[in-house]
Amino acid sequence: MKVSNAMWAEKLAGQLPEGLDREIDIFETEVALRKQGKFDERLFAETRLRRGVYGQRYDNGQRHNGKTVQQIAYPSGALTKGPSTMWDAPGMQRIKIPGGGLDAAQLETMADLAEEYSDGIAHVTTRQDFQLHYVHIEDTPSLMRRLAAAGITTREACGNSVRNVTACPYAGVCPDEAFDVTPYSRAMSKFLLGHPDCQNFGRKFKPAFSGCSQHACGLTSMHDIGLIAVTRNENGKETRGFETYVGGGLGAVPYQAKLYDSFVSPEELLPLTQAIARVFAARGEKKNRSRARIKFLIQDLGIEKFKELVQEERKNLPHDPRWTEFMTEAETFQETPLRPGGKAPLLGTADFQRWVRTNTRLQKQDGYVVVTIALPLGDITANQLRSLADTARRFTRETIRTTVEQNIVLRWVSQSDLPELHKALHAAGLADPGAGTIVDVATCPGTDTCKLGISSSRGLAGELRNRLAEKSFQLDESVQNLHIKISGCFNSCGQHHVADLGFYGVSRKMSGYAVPHFQVVLGGEWDHNGGTYGLPVIAIPSKNIPEVVTRLTDRYAAGRQHAESFKDFIKRMGKVELKKILEDLARPPADPTDRSFFSDWGDPREYSLSDMGIGECAGEVVSAVDFDLAAAERELFEAQVAWESGQVAQAGATAYQSMLRAAKALVKIETQNITDDPAQIVGEFRLRFYDTQKFFDPFAGGKFAQYLFAAQEKSSQPATADSARYLIDEAQLFIDAAHSCYNRISTPASA
Amino acid sequence: MEKSNVPSPTQHSLQLQHVNVKLLLQHPSEVALDPLIPIFLDWIQDPFPGELLLDIADYRHVPAGPGVVLIGHEGDYGVDNTDNRLGVRYNRKAAFEGSNQDRLKQAARAALTACRRLETDSRLGGKLRFHGQEVEIFINDRLLAPNSDATRVAADPDFRAFADKLFRGSEYSMTQEADRRRLFGVTLKSSRPFSVEQVLEAIG
Repeated sequence: MKVSNAMWAEKLAGQLPEGLDREIDIFETEVALRKQGKFDERLFAETRLRRGVYGQRYDNGQRHNGKTVQQIAYPSGALTKGPSTMWDAPGMQRIKIPGGGLDAAQLETMADLAEEYSDGIAHVTTRQDFQLHYVHIEDTPSLMRRLAAAGITTREACGNSVRNVTACPYAGVCPDEAFDVTPYSRAMSKFLLGHPDCQNFGRKFKPAFSGCSQHACGLTSMHDIGLIAVTRNENGKETRGFETYVGGGLGAVPYQAKLYDSFVSPEELLPLTQAIARVFAARGEKKNRSRARIKFLIQDLGIEKFKELVQEERKNLPHDPRWTEFMTEAETFQETPLRPGGKAPLLGTADFQRWVRTNTRLQKQDGYVVVTIALPLGDITANQLRSLADTARRFTRETIRTTVEQNIVLRWVSQSDLPELHKALHAAGLADPGAGTIVDVATCPGTDTCKLGISSSRGLAGELRNRLAEKSFQLDESVQNLHIKISGCFNSCGQHHVADLGFYGVSRKMSGYAVPHFQVVLGGEWDHNGGTYGLPVIAIPSKNIPEVVTRLTDRYAAGRQHAESFKDFIKRMGKVELKKILEDLARPPADPTDRSFFSDWGDPREYSLSDMGIGECAGEVVSAVDFDLAAAERELFEAQVAWESGQVAQAGATAYQSMLRAAKALVKIETQNITDDPAQIVGEFRLRFYDTQKFFDPFAGGKFAQYLFAAQEKSSQPATADSARYLIDEAQLFIDAAHSCYNRISTPASA
Repeated sequence: MEKSNVPSPTQHSLQLQHVNVKLLLQHPSEVALDPLIPIFLDWIQDPFPGELLLDIADYRHVPAGPGVVLIGHEGDYGVDNTDNRLGVRYNRKAAFEGSNQDRLKQAARAALTACRRLETDSRLGGKLRFHGQEVEIFINDRLLAPNSDATRVAADPDFRAFADKLFRGSEYSMTQEADRRRLFGVTLKSSRPFSVEQVLEAIG
């Protein structure tokens, strides 16, 4: 959509990290090919998802206007960017922020992109990512280039891949941690990004790191792999390791992660994860998405059998120097302050004192605090991002992190700078108090933008925030520290299971009409890395949820025994009693003419489920072979473009490369231990597919394989215009044959 | 200094695409934003000719933010509170054919037409009114129009020609956005007030 899209590649030439520029060029080509109808829509959906380019509500081409469903006349007509996903429909761009770590320039980049490609808002997610909404697919390559130039990638932010590696935002400064997990989480993020062993999952895979077991900040219990820093004494020396959990996850049916090993050494951290990834790719469910997360595999196998398989896989892994390259730096890694530590200010306005109480946290380093910028619903404007960048530069060495509570923290703030820093944040509208309290409601996008949303989680969150903010400092202290988390549906992106008061969207019929509801989930635990999951108690119409919060918190404040936690209070009350307290709120409005119940918070349309679409969270189940063969075709396309522009040598080399990629795709069906060495690829291909005749065409026999062998023999010879042209044709035939071969061997013979 | 392979714009090369026009409002504290949601829902049903309107993004909870945005395919409309300056904003997203004057005119017309529609919507109780003297114009593309002196010099003739027409020859001031990280743009302030109708008529 942007006129400048064609110019960003030139503008940023040479400024992108190695590999990322090529990666984005590839995606741009795929966008062009899909637009021309030369790239399969299912494959395109998965390839864009793996670049964080996600669908949004109404992208199926229809919208409910409160009375009827209407078709949306997108200008590109029937062109799609995935099954039932219209090309011109605005989408969401997810941006990975490993461990939530950012610098000031990256905040400024985010600001620019939010303005130019989105609606002026950047949104922090519950997994430390950023998201931009209402982005056009054709703008995404430019957006990615600009991010890459700032050292940020969107690669594998969605789809069946390793998602953002999250980490405690207080790592390195928290008084209760065993050690700083930052360098380990970064090493894992870097190692797994684009790793060949992570390209064939049936669903996503989410890692998380925590520095301790008692706090919530890492939420390791609800992750596919959760790593908690621990130390032990070995021969009088303190050694680092990770208590490692696997198979956690929220979703419709939440699973607590199971202990895999109480102490995994840093040397084993990456190879163990790689082995787990291999087992997941090989054994995980691929067809039934609802059982494709690793938690189901572990449940089906049992943790002991799973461990056996992982250990077996670990033994077979070829050594990779990257497993330990990061370790020397990891042991000495330490952020530093910009300014000398100071003393806490004794004076200040009531607002300032409140803000200090809720939005600052002492670091283990004397004289410093972490300051939390509480973002309403995780939203921040472009100008606020720039102001925050200025503030970070002025008071810190740009030690900024996003949090799973959808906030941003500034670390290493000298306590004596707090009054001035508060002033700076206040001027930017970023000094709201109440971080981490009941006011600081976390929510997924819900019906605002998510295709799966059932109820308006953001609408409800905004309403609760407004109501609670008005009275937050009059609330009993026990109530102030509760957590509210809201999801628009049962998929738990708002992490409602680990809240004191959790809500997820459901719908119910009342008086013959659909009415937006929220299921009330109580008894979850935020601490201990999300240590306990809450249970649904009763579904209540959306418009009555604020009253649910009032009743439950009032009852807790009045009936709490000693220092009883909310979780224990809920347990003591029991489901029957809780239902009694709330059940009148589940009834239809007394006044049958009161139509307010039949619409949701922030959306006056009469409520309907017809705007829901098919979720893309799971991505398309596309095999790694499909992907590699598509990549081979894309390379062949690039070879043709090069030949047409007279770049003969490049055309020949790229055509040969495309044949190698297709051959490797087939070899990888039988073994993962294959490098990019042409001799190894051709050798393995010959052994496994030519000598066995698996590649043989029913009519042409091994003819097309001969093209590859001939291309390898001639690969050192300079290409001519003719030879490059012939090679392009042969490569096309070879890739077609590879597709046929894959179809033959992947389709079960009929009985 | 960032290396750039793309030359700075000149008067001849500058393309004023993705024009944003924001019309500042009178008595902003009296304007209630809640009715904008049902109003914009109606606009989705009854869009401006040639435009596809898709969805509403509600950012009333964000201080000095975009307010309520009506997301469109060709452009977004909104009542925007950036810098705590409430105004009706149009953000042209799709490329627009023609000269720079044509593009400025298209965006201004869109903003003015939207403003007129809001001014006359009874749900806003007559509280939303164009200030009459202040208009912000931005170019929402940092590559086409970086916020630099070179862009200002290159854009000056186009902006002045347009402002002369907009304010019907009255005196006006033109101030460039000072923070170079922000979008290139200017605030135009006329010496006397005009109604939306007058300005619409003036730009033709």
